[in-house]
Order: sequence, then structure tokens, then C-alpha cells
Amino acid sequence: MNPRRLRLGFILAAAAMLLALILPLSSEAAAALPARPLPLVLTLAAVLLFAAAAWAGGSRAIAPGLAGVLCAAATTLALLRDPGIAGSAAAGFWAMTLAVWLASALCVMQMSAARPRAGSVRRALNLAVPLLFGAVVFYLWEVSVRGFGVPPVILPAPSAAAARFATSLPILGEDFVQTFVRGVLIGYVIGCGAGLLVAILAQRFDFLGRGLLPLGNFFSALPLVGVAPIMVMWFGFDWPSKAAVVVLVTFFPMLVNTLAGLSAAGHIERDLMRSYGATHRQVLTKLDLPAALPFIFNALKINATLALIGAIVAEFFGTPTQGIGFRISTEAGRMAIDMVWAEIALAAIAGMAFYGLVALAERATTFWHPSYRT
Amino acid sequence: MTSSALAVPASAAGRLRHHPLVVRYLPIATIVLALMAIWYVAAVLMNLALVRDAFEREDTPYTVSDLVEGTMSAERPLLPAPHQVIAAFVDSVFGYAPTSPRSLVYHATVTLSATLLGFALGAMLGIALALMIVHSRVLEKSLLPWIICSQMVPILALAPIFIVVLGAIGLHGLLPKSIISAYLCFFPITIGMVKGFTAPDPMQLDLMRTWSATPRQVLAKLRWPAAMPYLFASLKVAISISLIGAIVAELPTGGEAGIGARLLAGSYYGQTVQIWSALLAAAILASGLIGLVGLAERLVGLRMGARP
Repeated sequence: MNPRRLRLGFILAAAAMLLALILPLSSEAAAALPARPLPLVLTLAAVLLFAAAAWAGGSRAIAPGLAGVLCAAATTLALLRDPGIAGSAAAGFWAMTLAVWLASALCVMQMSAARPRAGSVRRALNLAVPLLFGAVVFYLWEVSVRGFGVPPVILPAPSAAAARFATSLPILGEDFVQTFVRGVLIGYVIGCGAGLLVAILAQRFDFLGRGLLPLGNFFSALPLVGVAPIMVMWFGFDWPSKAAVVVLVTFFPMLVNTLAGLSAAGHIERDLMRSYGATHRQVLTKLDLPAALPFIFNALKINATLALIGAIVAEFFGTPTQGIGFRISTEAGRMAIDMVWAEIALAAIAGMAFYGLVALAERATTFWHPSYRT
Repeated sequence: MTSSALAVPASAAGRLRHHPLVVRYLPIATIVLALMAIWYVAAVLMNLALVRDAFEREDTPYTVSDLVEGTMSAERPLLPAPHQVIAAFVDSVFGYAPTSPRSLVYHATVTLSATLLGFALGAMLGIALALMIVHSRVLEKSLLPWIICSQMVPILALAPIFIVVLGAIGLHGLLPKSIISAYLCFFPITIGMVKGFTAPDPMQLDLMRTWSATPRQVLAKLRWPAAMPYLFASLKVAISISLIGAIVAELPTGGEAGIGARLLAGSYYGQTVQIWSALLAAAILASGLIGLVGLAERLVGLRMGARP
């Protein structure tokens, strides 16, 4: 990044904060910034910090820049508590938001351009850059929803969804157990296990494999979640029908990937096993399955998302009165959109944690694979 | 003499057994037939209680063959037999005018148009994101992790609010469904195209640099052609996901038309045969769309001088 442009950017951010002192904060009657002691102090601190960042330049601008971003963001959030500003924010307020956005974008650019020597610092930066980016996105969402006064029916502020999340933990817990622990996990284990077993059988008997591979490819491209109404009819409203949908949805990706993985071992390794006089079972457990592990984990990761989708969609077709999908569709019907977003946050956290666990298990078991040996 | 007379048919049979078509399709045909047989047996077993109850309620004497026949032609079976599904499918495809709401063609077109619009939006978004990520280190570091995270969110769960929210600001019909499809299907395209755009090896990129090619020229003459195989591989995944998105998006709308609405109506009124024929239509749609993408891949390959 061009150092002169970086300096210019921070100077612009500082100027925008100064502008907020003059311009009106709200289109309605509200006290100007100089009349509010705490926001005034924070604003001046942000101006000074941005100026310091512009003066320092280069990678040394990151620390004062981030501190300035924090001060400016705190100012805007403090101002939004005033009902005279929330919903009718004007130029002065948006100048501050713009300064936050500009300065944080500059910091993100500078951070991703930095190439520190130490591995630990680099890893911390690799984590910090997307986190900062996400925090800015959430901040802009919050500020624009509350600043413009978007009706909560259309889009609630993230803080409202978070507050709803915190106050309805028991309901969320029940929904989590119903959908995730009963529906998803049981179906996932059965579906992936069955896919793995059938793939091993198909590798043992070549004829079966040549028949199953094209069919498996065909079925894994079909919209299999469509069987949800049939499963609800067969297994009833409770979790077994959800687990059945999950089994069906996860089976074919597992079958196809494992079949591909079981033929991943090379001829040389196979010849070596033969020269050792290894039995079929020994070849399977000592060569084929370990070589197939990256493929199996690929399927496990794909299935982690598919399973959650399958269970939630199956709940649209009928449930006992709990579960993530049930709650989403009923609360959306009652226009309680903040509860819907709380459920989505729950599903997102569950999905990410599930995916993260699978990825960790992959790390622990396929550390020998070339794609991890860096 | 006798030995040669015996040997000729044996070798002919042997040749037939090793014919490439037989080697390729015999296993598939066997397994499909086996699945069909299992389906019929399951249909008999699952519908048996239903049919027996019906007979006993009417106090008519019945034999085993009556029972089996009944399971094959029940009005609302637990599991319809394959020929029932195909008959219902053929009837609802050819039996009505394509514009009537009882025709499966009508519902399939509604879903297909949402799928294609969503697929086009998703493909454009996916390729644009991949271009931005390849050309900017900042975006690669800050945006890519969030794109990956976005896929661990069960996005289909968003479908109902999407419909509600977009309905609240006055958008109805095709667009909300397509947006859900697009949201689902942009991801494989982005990931595949990032891989594809970075597929040329450093030697080729260095060569472009020695010719002082601009980034745009590098893109047009090296990165884009190199990304073609990745593009089509990801398009095939994306179009089937796009179809899933369109079908599921039709569920919470209450559904006036579309394959998803057909599934929902079938599940409300216990019309199992209707559900199965809608599923068959979805399967045909999915394989047709993937076939079309495969055809486009072949044509583009020929244009680019790939050897068949």
C-alpha cells in the first residue's frame, strides 16, 4: 500500500471526525456534539489518534489507527442511545461512521500487507484480519439499522438479536437438543457410517463398485431433501423422521468420496503390501483406509452442512413444538424477526462448531498428508 | 473338431462379456434392477396392513393375490409402487395443458425459471468474488474466511425470513426464490474459480510478466483459459444446489406453484403418489441441467482446441 495514500486516508478520517463537531448530528432537535462531554472527549481522542497514525505511517500506524477506530465507534454507539439521534441521524453522525469505516479499512489493508517474520505473529494476524473485517461489517449493520431507523420487522440490529438470544436461552437450548443432538447427530452418524461401510463393500466387490459409483454420483446431485415429506409420513413428527432425512442426504456424498479415496493408494504401495503377503483386511486397515482419510474427511465436512440443512428443512413439514426449523417458521409468521435471527445465530454457531470439530479431527488424523506438511 | 465347436461359442460369449458397453453398463443395470425389486417388495410389505384393514372393514373375503394386487394400486399408499409413480408422472405431464396448475410441466417451469435466474446470479457473483479475491491480497485475507464461514450457516434456514422480508419491501414471486438459490450456489463457484485463476504455474505468470502484460491481459489470455475446467466442475455442483435452493424456497411461501409447493401440498393431503412424481420430476430436472452444463463444457472444450 502506497504510504502517502495511507497518510492521506488517516488525515481524511481525522478531518471527518472534526467535521462531526460542526455538522448537525440529527435531523431533529438534539444537542450538538460539543454539549456532550463524554462523546466530545472520545471524538477528540479519535482525532488525535488518527493524526498520530497519519504521522507514524507504515505498519506503525496500525496500533494508533485501531485505537482511534475504537474511540470513534464508541462515540457513535454512545450517541445512538439518544432517542433524538437514533432513527434520524444526519450528516455529522454519518461523517463519524465514514471515518470509522475508512480508518478500519486502512488498518485491515496495512495488516494484510504486513509480513512479520515470527510464525506466531503471522498466525495471529491471519486470525485478526478476518475478525476485524467481520467486526466492521457487524458495526456498519448495527449503526445503519439504528441510524436510519430501519423497522425491526425488515432487519433487526445485531444487538437486538443478541439481546433476544441472551434472554431466551432455555428455548434455544431445547431447540438445539431437538434439532441438533437428536436429528442431526444421530442421522449424521448413521448416514456417514452406512456410506463408509457400503463403500468398503463396493471396493471389495468390483462389480458392485462399478454399478454403485455412477448411481451414487447421480443420487448425490439430486435434490434429496425433497424426501422430507415422505420421511415425516413414515417416521412421524418427532426426531426419527429428521434423522432419516439426514441419513439419506449424507449417505451418497460419503459413498462417492470414500470410493474415490479407497482407490487413492498407488500401485507401488499395493505391490508392497502384496509382497508382505498381507491379507485383504490388513491391506484395508493399513493402506487403503488411511490413504482414503482425506477423502473421508472431505465428505464429513460436506455432510456437516448438508445434515443441518436437511434437519431444518424436514422440520418445515411437521414437528413437535420445538426445533430450530419449527421456531424459525412460526416466529417468521408472527413477524418476531429478532427471534428468527437468534435462531439463525444458534444454527450458525452450531454449524461452525460442528465443522470446526471435524476439521480438528482431520488435523489430528491426517497430519502426515502432503497438504498439511508445510 | 468337437473342441473347436465348443470353443467358438465360449469365446463369443467371452467377447460379449468383455465388450466395453457391457463392462460399463451391466453393473449399473443390475443394481438398478435390484433396487426396483427391493422397492416392489417394500411396497407390498409396507402397504399390506393398510390394504388388509380396508378389506376387513368391508368384510369381503380376500386371498393373498388380492392383497398383493391391492398393495400395487392403493389410493394413498405408504409407499407407491414404481409403476404407480410413473403412471402418475406421465398423467400429470401429458394429461393436462402445460399452463394448467394440475400439470407437472407448469410447476417444473416455475421452479426451473427460479433455478436458472438464481444460477445466473450466483455464477456472476461467484466469478466476481473470485476475481476480486485473486487480485487483492486484502480481500483474500479478510473476505475468504467469511465466505467459508457463510457456508457453515444453514442458509436454507434463512429462506423463510428472506421471503418475509423481501415480501415486506414489495418483492414477490421469482426474485426472492432466485436470491436464495444464488446465495446457495455462489460458494462452489467462488472456491472453484479462486483455484482456477491461481492454477497457472509461476513459470507461465513470469512469462506474461516478461512480455509486460497488464493484469487484464494476464486474466484474459492466461488465467481465464486455465480456469475453464474448474469453472465447469463448479458449475455442475452449483446448478444442482441451485435447484435444491429453489425447491426449498418454495416451501415456506405457502407455495402457489412449483415443485416445492407440490411436495408441500402432497404432504398436507397425504397424496403420496403426487409427492413421488414431483420428486421424479425434480430428479429429471436435475440430471437434465447437469447434462446441459456438461454439453456446454464439451462445446467450450472443442472451441478451445481440446482433443476429444
